[in-house]
Amino acid sequence: MLYREAGQFKTTYGDDQAVFPIRQDRWGMAIILAIAYVALPWLATDYFITSIMIPFLIYALAAIGLNLLTGYCGQVSLGTGGFMAVGAYAAYNLAIRVPELNLIVIFILAGGAAAMVGVVFGVPSLRIKGFYLAVATLAAQFFLDWAFARIKWFTNYTPSGSVAAPPLDIFGFAINTPDRRYFLILAIVTVMALAAKNLVRGRVGRSWMAIRDMDIAAEIIGIRPLRAKLSAFAVSSFFAGVAGALWAFLHLGAWEPLAFDINRSFLLLFMVIIGGLGSILGCFLGAAFILMVPLALNQIPTALGMPLSTAMISHLEFMIFGAMIVFFLIAEPHGLARLWALAKEKLRLWPFPH
Amino acid sequence: MTASGRKIGGTLLKVDNISLSFGGVRALNDVSFDIKAHEIRAIIGPNGAGKSSMLNVINGFYHPQQGTITFKDIARTDIGPYDAASRGIARTFQNIALFRGMSTLDNIMTGRLLKMKRNLFWQALYFGPARREEMEHRAVVERIIDFLEIQSIRKVPVGRLPYGLQKRVELGRALAMEPDLLLLDEPMAGMNVEEKEDMCRFILDVNDEFGTTIALIEHDMGVVMDISDRVVVLDYGRKIADGTPDEVRGNQAVIDAYLGVSH
Amino acid sequence: MGFFFEVLFGGFLAGVLYALVALGFVLIFKASGVFNFAQGAMVLFAALSLVRLMEWMPIPIAMLASVAIMIVFALVVERLVLRPLVNQEGIILFMATIGVSYFIDGFGQTVWGSDVYKLDVGLPNEPVIILESLFEGGILVNQFDLVAAVIAGLLVTVLAIFFQKTRIGRALRAVADDHQAAQSVGIPLRDIWVIVWSTSGIVALVAGIVWGSALGVQFSISLVALKALPVLILGGFTSVPGAIVGGLIIGAGEKLAEVYIGPTFGGGIENWFAYMLALLFLLVRPQGLFGERIIERV
Repeated sequence: MLYREAGQFKTTYGDDQAVFPIRQDRWGMAIILAIAYVALPWLATDYFITSIMIPFLIYALAAIGLNLLTGYCGQVSLGTGGFMAVGAYAAYNLAIRVPELNLIVIFILAGGAAAMVGVVFGVPSLRIKGFYLAVATLAAQFFLDWAFARIKWFTNYTPSGSVAAPPLDIFGFAINTPDRRYFLILAIVTVMALAAKNLVRGRVGRSWMAIRDMDIAAEIIGIRPLRAKLSAFAVSSFFAGVAGALWAFLHLGAWEPLAFDINRSFLLLFMVIIGGLGSILGCFLGAAFILMVPLALNQIPTALGMPLSTAMISHLEFMIFGAMIVFFLIAEPHGLARLWALAKEKLRLWPFPH
Repeated sequence: MTASGRKIGGTLLKVDNISLSFGGVRALNDVSFDIKAHEIRAIIGPNGAGKSSMLNVINGFYHPQQGTITFKDIARTDIGPYDAASRGIARTFQNIALFRGMSTLDNIMTGRLLKMKRNLFWQALYFGPARREEMEHRAVVERIIDFLEIQSIRKVPVGRLPYGLQKRVELGRALAMEPDLLLLDEPMAGMNVEEKEDMCRFILDVNDEFGTTIALIEHDMGVVMDISDRVVVLDYGRKIADGTPDEVRGNQAVIDAYLGVSH
Repeated sequence: MGFFFEVLFGGFLAGVLYALVALGFVLIFKASGVFNFAQGAMVLFAALSLVRLMEWMPIPIAMLASVAIMIVFALVVERLVLRPLVNQEGIILFMATIGVSYFIDGFGQTVWGSDVYKLDVGLPNEPVIILESLFEGGILVNQFDLVAAVIAGLLVTVLAIFFQKTRIGRALRAVADDHQAAQSVGIPLRDIWVIVWSTSGIVALVAGIVWGSALGVQFSISLVALKALPVLILGGFTSVPGAIVGGLIIGAGEKLAEVYIGPTFGGGIENWFAYMLALLFLLVRPQGLFGERIIERV
């Protein structure tokens, strides 16, 4: 009975187009943010922060990037891992070659570098569609994998090809504890998720969705496919690039090109499908789901007294992901986010059936 | 019955000697006609006469091999749909071409895209000018929603709407572009009598209130004769008649084309 | 000169292997419009089944059993994936097959194990020198590669006859052209899908035998199959000859590129060269070498 919108009147179009038009949702969001910013750093263990929250937030950010491209603009990409790698190596090279740069500037430039590469690999999208394009983005993935493994300049000629982030600080404030890393990531993800939401509810988002739903009609109402698609590639890759830089600098610390291989791309696609194509909230749900499966496979059988081998866990993971993808595509193509929306709709009317 | 109180102006669009073929098939053969400002111009003809191809040429989707199109005194031979849209040509489709995953409101808002100027950066902030711009256009769209009497389906994804309403939303999207020339490809196909009457009323109102020039393809002769100022008749890609509804009605070539006299 | 031809020849033979995988893709795409990303996983699954069954039974029976497994697999996919997704957009089906691919990668390794298994079905494996009359020293090739080429040739011939001459083949072509029209003249869509997926399962088994004999049966087979994708782009998604010619071009192209221009780039360009070649090709001729041009209508 608490979830009612009766008595909340929208008096301006601005109110109606707000991110959370219903008051209870605004409260819910405020509580979630309070937990994320205050309760978690205060209560959670370092293990929980570093092994769950940090990868969760970064995955969600990269998934938002992919979702802008795939869920909103309808261009399937299997190269997100490659664009994350561009962000990671751009950040690395900026940090060691121009040490005086502020970390935030480094992240923005890393995103910018990924955006440029994304635009280059997005050019084929003007001629080709659907799975042809998906194959073309695989080209990006393989090429970028190769480039960072073989072109030694990118890894500053380290003999092993593995690189490490330099010590990090922002405005003289060292980013050296799990809590500080977490705060930095959380702040960036909050800002960028909001920006993504703003984009998709405005002009750019509508032009992407128009291209997704019917590109010919979009052209005839004056959307230039070139501009819409390339802007989607650019913004999407920007998000992936920043996520890659965060992943490398704040999650891994030291990494090799393998950290951004094709499996990463597939995992991100799975997050987007399971979470919900065309939903920003879904990216968070999908990221949480994909992270939780291996944890559950590890913890639950152990708790029941029959631990699984690592190989078995990884095989079961594959099976579960595969089955979930097929299940969601059949049962609910808009993923967990849609299930959540349906649940809210039910709650709004509860206890009445209609 | 023609709408009162509007003045038919000078020539808005002139089609000269357009020929279009696909491979060996001639879709249009040396077709010329004009559309005057503020009039309702019908294009009729039997199936396969080249009517839809003609609209596709006018809004830049097909590229004719010969001929020129003069719109608002600027002649051109070959442009893309984007240019046509930005110069003020809007259209609806025979088979509805809405964005099925988007709500009615968002679909009609896409019609405002060409008029929105704020760049990506401002939109990501959704603040100040970008927000103000969004609200201004929302207000315009709401007027169209009121005009078409579709307030109740504002937030419904158009894929779930019945056919007649989808046609109406599509008209709304075209109107949101505030076009100088509105091309309607069979706006009443597949509708029942009541829906047809509604659609007729909207077309006449648009023409009357906004002074929008309309070119429409329609099979329902009653409707065509009722609402249009002038009619052009195509058959096998050629123009066989052109004139007021009464002139066309009495034209022997037109009667032959419709009754299927051998050529 | 002899060296060039040796590389070229080696490339062609690798290309035959790519073509074998690509063939499976083409079959399914032609008959159901589904871009089956799981083809590579099917190759691995079929090879794993065979190699493990061979530990229990004689080779011919193990082969028959593997064929039966692939047919069951086709039935399951039709029932659980294709039927619920009928009339969905191609891209949704494509993503679903990525899911299928993950599932059977996991399933296969859970059931059959995940070690590297040596597969020996008695294919000859001796280096021989051919074309001695044309070049000094001739060209050194492996008998195995020649056998693989012959197998691929046979398979294509059989499939071509199957498609062109039999009643089922005609039905297949009708379905490929237009699902609804085919259904309306009484062609059972579901049976056709099961037949096609079974056929491509058998093609996957053949590819699995050839690949597995060469590399051992292991997880990486599933990834090598990704090489078949550029082959498809080059050859066109609907063309059987395209798959063969595309495979040969990609195979030869990447080997020559690796040997002649690879060193300038630090090597390893095999990993992406095929994709870049296909990508450039796409920009020039999006429908592939043998594909048909699609005219868009409104």
